Parts: sequence; structure tokens; C-alpha cells
Amino acid sequence: MMKLRKQATAMMALGLLALSVGGMARAADPDPGVDLVINGDTKLVTRVPAPANIPGLKEVYSGWLFHDPTTQAMETDDFSNPAMLAVDAGNAAWSTVMGTEGKSCASCHNGIDSMKGVRASMPKVNKAGKLWSLEDYINDCVTNRMGAKALGWNSNEMSGLTSAISMQSRGMPVDVATDGAAAPFWKEGEKLYYTRTGLLELSCASCHEMHFGDHVRDERLSQGQINGFPVYRLKTTNMVSIHNRFYGCVRDTRAESYKEGTDPLRELELYVASRGNGLSIEGVSVRP
Amino acid sequence: MKRLIVLGALVALPLCAAVATADTVPDAVKFDNGAVAQSLTGVAGDPADGLKVATTRPMGNCIACHVAAGWAKFADPGDIGPALDGVGSKYTEAQLRGIVANAKMTFPDTLMPSFYKTSGFIRPGDGYTAKAPTGPIQPILTAQQVEDVVAFLMTFK
Ligand code: HEC
Ligand code: HEC
Repeated sequence: MMKLRKQATAMMALGLLALSVGGMARAADPDPGVDLVINGDTKLVTRVPAPANIPGLKEVYSGWLFHDPTTQAMETDDFSNPAMLAVDAGNAAWSTVMGTEGKSCASCHNGIDSMKGVRASMPKVNKAGKLWSLEDYINDCVTNRMGAKALGWNSNEMSGLTSAISMQSRGMPVDVATDGAAAPFWKEGEKLYYTRTGLLELSCASCHEMHFGDHVRDERLSQGQINGFPVYRLKTTNMVSIHNRFYGCVRDTRAESYKEGTDPLRELELYVASRGNGLSIEGVSVRP
Repeated sequence: MKRLIVLGALVALPLCAAVATADTVPDAVKFDNGAVAQSLTGVAGDPADGLKVATTRPMGNCIACHVAAGWAKFADPGDIGPALDGVGSKYTEAQLRGIVANAKMTFPDTLMPSFYKTSGFIRPGDGYTAKAPTGPIQPILTAQQVEDVVAFLMTFK
């Protein structure tokens, strides 16, 4: 704790420097020199220069860099990573028949390694021109091709599949499209990101762009990146989806929040994902 | 409870009784360069109650964003805003009342929430329920809670 506070103070000093030379946000690395290496061999990218269309940041950082060494360590070894249980469940579900058509995911897609790269480009615009999250693509197969009931956005069945699919992109850079058909959705997401909501009148940027590295009470603010999702939260002992995290953050501004699986959160997901373009997909991660 | 007894004692004084029954409503608060000269209730703030308001989450929860010697006995204050030590000397009571009631009148665009305000919100919620309010929007703090916090801040010399 002491160490973290000292770091934060040092960051603040650097942040002021950045401000005085015209930067909008603090530009200091939250955990300099520390790298995320999983199972001793997979080195992940946790810091990259900010994409050109994100003027509020100089450099982007994975949420992993902001947390205490014990939490960090849990993610460096798949045996100690509680989120791997969800991955195991998802791998099993992949080849389990469900619904009236007698099919499993594997019936159409073969091995789950066919999902390599999918998570890194989500959310993306589908053939019908709608912006879809990974959960939407999964439920499209579940309902229209397998004849089963749609999985709940926050259900264990869903987080199992999103976790197992996400693992296939581990180490690949986040690479969501922000131009072409995606552009109008991205613009909407950007607007939402900077809108100050609720009785507390705070936006995503208030906390995650202007104050990453600082604390809200005992919680250290990260940049609110989503390259690590789905995450296992130690505080609530469950898997948390991207939309569920957004829902909670908006609620905490004392606002009427947006429900998981609604268009505003899909748009916000696209925009927030694009803020982390270039960071590694971590597969699944662990947060306090 | 304590407040009721205090009020009871004050009813004997005609002036205070009149003001105490009619708090200034949020939309009627008069700001002058960010400061609010007039008490919102006419009842002196209680610094001990102010400490509770400042350190309790459904209330002011000032500790979420500020370090202060005044609440040093509570763990893990946040550091989004400046440390508050000395604000009782740096500002007048009227200025502090203005900052707590609506800090945006003193610091335009500040992140600090407006604690005594009921209009102009985007997607206001019903506390932390994530739902829309069912009735008229209540300010985050009552008029007397604002006075209590201000009285407490005035002890930060
Ligand atoms: C009042 C401050 C506040 C606001 C406003 C806020 N958040 Fe957060 N957010 C937090 C805190 C505290 C955490 C937990 C610490 C962390 O991971 O940054 C968090 C965590 C997150 C995470 C998890 C990051 C990770 O690595 O696990 C994401 C994603 C996120 N927020 C996105 C958002 C978005 C999008 C918005 C706006 C819709 C938003 N937040 C608004 C305080 C806030
Ligand atoms: C979400 C964060 C947040 C919360 C909650 C918050 N503040 Fe602030 N406060 C700030 C920021 C940021 C500033 C700096 C003003 C600016 O933007 O320049 C500030 C400034 C102040 C100042 C002026 C300090 C100075 O030296 O100029 C006072 C006094 C103050 N706050 C009191 C309070 C009290 C009392 C509460 C609770 C009832 C509170 N604050 C809650 C963020 C917050």
C-alpha cells in the first residue's frame, strides 16, 4: 500500500509536468519496468503509445499495471488464475450439444482454436450493419443455428464461452475497426465516454482519463481498458463481462445505468476497446 | 434525534423558528462569486455530524476524493481532489458553503459533485440503484447536512 501511494505521488508530480507542457492527462507509466509474462513464456504488451484518434492520452496501459503485486502475480500463472475455471467450463461447453438442432459449437466451427483473433476485433459491425459484441455473435449461433435459448449476458454459460474464446486471442493486439461502417458507432461511444452522468456528474474520462493512478477511496483508478476482459473480480468472486463493468461504473455516478446488451453499451465498448488498440488481449485476467 | 431536540430548544426564539421550518431550496440558493452568504437552514451546523456526512458513502463521502487530517482516523482516503487541511483559514464560511453546495460555481468544470442541486442532471439515478428516480430529485445532501459539513470544514485551521 505504502509503495503504491509513493508511486501515485511520483506520478502526480510527473502529471503536473505533463500538464504544464500542454498534455491533457498524466503520462507517467503506472508500474515502470514491470512486464506481464504468463506461465514464464508469454510476454504480453501492457503499454503502447495512444492511438492517433485518442487525443486525451499519450500512452495506454493495461489495467494489470495498476494493481498490487499479489493480484498481479495471480495473472502470471494459469494455475493460480481463478478465471481459468471459466475457461475450462467454456472449453467443455464448446463441444457440448445444446438446443433442438442437436449441435454443439464444435459441430460448425471444429476446434476452439478456430476462434483465434475473434476477440481482438470485437465489437464489430455485422453483415446486417448492426454493431455486435462477442456475446451477440454467440447468442446468434445459440438461438438461430442451434435452436437453444439465448444465454444471459451475465450468466456463467456466457462468461465460460467468452473466456474460452478470448483465450484464443491471448497475446494478439487489440485491433478494432473505428472507420468505415464502424465510424458512426464509434462516434456515439466517444460521446458517451465524455458525458458526465448521474447526480455525481462524472464521465468515464473524469476517472479513467484525468485521474488514472489516483484513488477513489481505497480503489486505484486504471485507464479502464478492456483488453483483459473477461476479468475475475476478487471482491465479488465472479467473472465480470465488459458490459457489466460499464453498468457498474455508470451506476456509481448515481445515474440511471444502461443495461448489458443494449446499444449504448455496445457503442461504448467499441470506443473503449479502440482506446486500447495495440495492447495485448490477455485472455482472462484478475482484478481486486 | 439530537437535531429534533436542538430544534425544539430553538423554537423558543421566534426568528430561528421561522427559518428552521423553511430551508432554502436548491434552486433558490444565491451564489455570489461562488460563495453563499446565507445559512441554508438558519440552524448552526454541527461539526460532529459534519464528520459523519464527510466520511459516509451514501452521504457526502468527501473522503472518497480528499485527504484531510480531520478524518485521519478513517483508512484509505482518496486523492482525486486536493488535501483539505487548512481550508477553514483559506476560505470564509460563505465560500465553503458555496463550494459544498455547488463547487462548479467556484471551480468551473470541476469534477467535484454538486451536493445541493436538483436540476440539470443527465440520466439522474435513484441513489446507487442504477434506476431512474421515482419522485422528484433530492439533493445528495440535505440543507442541514451542508451546514454540518461547512461547520466541520471551518475547524480545518
Ligand atoms: C467515480 C469514478 C469512476 C467513473 C466515473 C467510471 N469508473 Fe470505471 N472504474 C472505477 C474504479 C474505482 C474501478 C476499479 C479500479 C480500476 O480497475 O480502474 C473501475 C474499473 C473500470 C474498468 C475495469 C478495468 C480493468 O482493468 O479491470 C473498466 C473497463 C471501466 N472502469 C470502464 C469505465 C467506463 C467505460 C466508464 C464510463 C461509462 C467508467 N468506467 C466510469 C471508477 C470509475
Ligand atoms: C469526485 C471527487 C470529489 C468529491 C466526492 C468531493 N470533492 Fe471536493 N474537490 C474535488 C476536486 C477535484 C477539487 C479541486 C477543485 C478544482 O477543480 O479546481 C475539490 C475542491 C474542494 C475544496 C477546495 C479546496 C482548496 O484548497 O481549494 C473543498 C473545500 C472541498 N473540495 C470540499 C469537499 C467536501 C466537503 C466534500 C464532500 C461533501 C467534497 N469536497 C467532495 C473533488 C471532490
